[in-house]
Amino acid sequence: MDNAAESTLPVFGRRDPDGRGYFGAYGGRFVPETLVEPVEALERAYFEARRDPAFAARLAELLKCYVGRPTPVWEARRLTADVGGARLFLKREDLAHTGAHKINNALGQALLAVRMGKTRVVAETGAGQHGVATATACALLGLRCDIYMGTEDMRRQALNVFRMNLLGASVTGVDGGSRTLKDAINEAMRDWVTNVEDTYYLLGSVLGPHPYPLMVREFQAVIGREAREQFMALAGGLPDAVVACVGGGSNALGIFDGFVDDEAVRLVGVEAGGEAIAAGRHAARFATGAAGVLQGTRSYVLQDADGNIEGTHSISAGLDYAAVGPEHAWLRDLGRAEYTHVSDAEALDAFKRLGRLEGILPALESAHAVAYACRLAPQLGAGRTLLVNLSGRGDKDVETIRGGEAG
Amino acid sequence: MSRIGRVFERLRADGRTGLVTFVTAGDPDMERSAAILRTLDGAGADVLEVGIPFSDPLADGPVIQRASERALAAGATLASSLDVVARVRPQIGAAVVVFSYANPVLAMGLEDFVRRAADAGVDGVLVLDLPIEEADELRDALVPAGIDPIFLLSPTTTDLRLRRAAALGRGFLYGISRLGVTGQRDAVAAGARALAERIRGVTDLPIALGFGISRPEHVAEVGRWADAAVVGSGLVDTIARASDGPDLEAVVDRYVRWLKGEDRERR
Repeated sequence: MDNAAESTLPVFGRRDPDGRGYFGAYGGRFVPETLVEPVEALERAYFEARRDPAFAARLAELLKCYVGRPTPVWEARRLTADVGGARLFLKREDLAHTGAHKINNALGQALLAVRMGKTRVVAETGAGQHGVATATACALLGLRCDIYMGTEDMRRQALNVFRMNLLGASVTGVDGGSRTLKDAINEAMRDWVTNVEDTYYLLGSVLGPHPYPLMVREFQAVIGREAREQFMALAGGLPDAVVACVGGGSNALGIFDGFVDDEAVRLVGVEAGGEAIAAGRHAARFATGAAGVLQGTRSYVLQDADGNIEGTHSISAGLDYAAVGPEHAWLRDLGRAEYTHVSDAEALDAFKRLGRLEGILPALESAHAVAYACRLAPQLGAGRTLLVNLSGRGDKDVETIRGGEAG
Repeated sequence: MSRIGRVFERLRADGRTGLVTFVTAGDPDMERSAAILRTLDGAGADVLEVGIPFSDPLADGPVIQRASERALAAGATLASSLDVVARVRPQIGAAVVVFSYANPVLAMGLEDFVRRAADAGVDGVLVLDLPIEEADELRDALVPAGIDPIFLLSPTTTDLRLRRAAALGRGFLYGISRLGVTGQRDAVAAGARALAERIRGVTDLPIALGFGISRPEHVAEVGRWADAAVVGSGLVDTIARASDGPDLEAVVDRYVRWLKGEDRERR
């Protein structure tokens, strides 16, 4: 397999939002006054870093020698035979160090934190993958690390809590609200606003105030750059569709970025359909959400008529969030990307199917993308190709699935 | 001149430190919120901040987070909060400032919100997560309706943005005396004075200083550099402790008089 390392080199500034951080009508900087200057300082530092070839070179070195990039693209032949229709290919982010794409962003931002002279990092985590990636980057670069995690997620992802502790991070449970990702972000921002002088907030998805949505997408764009080159080499052309799960949406924007200029390639984001498309029982923002402001950015948000944020549900902690990255809302408005959702049950089926047929246990988040790909492949038909971003591995979910089977 | 303007003009004429009080609307319920607002006014608060409960109050510490949760559980909304202001407005002399996060206001729609706030007799509006860069539309709707847009300033605010806030703000400027979320502290932050002096250096607009102020000595200290002190979590906590008892209004009345230095003991 041709997995040329050239594409692992970061490329910055290709598709910036406007000067105020807007992608169309979405994005911006909706933060309390105390955070305005720190966020502006972050933007200045990021723009300066991405102009510095030494920064790109250092990140590329870490991605190659520490993360193990490029991650391969794998043609899932047995799954294709079972599903029928389009050929299915998997971008194997599950093989990246720490087991998910999150490390790409965590290392990029941790390097930035060091560059800014910060000595402490705070981060939120849902499924725990971003928390583990952040704890890992901080261990490597000698930064103090505090992770906030909803207590409901700590229960669901106990193994990842233990991993973070082993990596030297301290994990603080958040008991407010729904005790999931949204509440962990609130608490991480409260910590940041209190300790801005020495603390860097390492946000894990394409969310929050500008420049986070841009910065996180640019650190994840390595996925799409590699995948495009690898896919062309394998299949001799572009895929007909690229499918990725969307919580905040960083793995999706990461892989979409490689294909967004290829108008013929369909880009499909898969949200969590949960138990049912009814208030509090899913996290499909584009199904029932409306434009609103949450945690620093304007985007699609699940909310009630009075503007309070609705509860969400997903079998996968990483998709269980009430808002979606602003650039996704913009790509949807433009008609460049389409968004759909699959249920908990479909994701679970896909998890098992991929294990049985390909020997790969995907993260429950990524299983949503696999599930939709299995629905789409017969519709596209034979002779077509479909690339799925397998954003993470499923070890962390085995306990949940065993519990569900037992219960 | 707006009611807020007149309140601060009188404070300056009297050489008195103003007291701005924050309560969460609908905590413990709207009926008692109305009584609390009347009590605050009667006890001598100069500006009443009416906090709109929100599901995700990321700039607030635990005391106001819990108040928000109680109010939401009791069914409070932005609309019912404006209704309670409309109800008490004829009975009180203090100025009323609505203090909200952006999303409830956006969900109601800016035009609707401003019209309903003006009808209710709201004097000022402060939206916590609409910094000046994102506040143009709201400001442009508030000013013609006779409502003062209030902006927050923090120790991290640059001089350039201080001047912009001073140019765009009306009524008064709200200085956050410390980094961090709302909550009670033992002492007034070391940076409070410096912030007040920096603001004073660029504008004649009245200054209210808040965050971490909950005792009469804090109010008195802040009064040396600012026109008014804002008390939030201390009051919200007092309400939470007394809300199950029969003498909620008396407790609130005593707390305000204690803050103002009229009662030596808090009792």
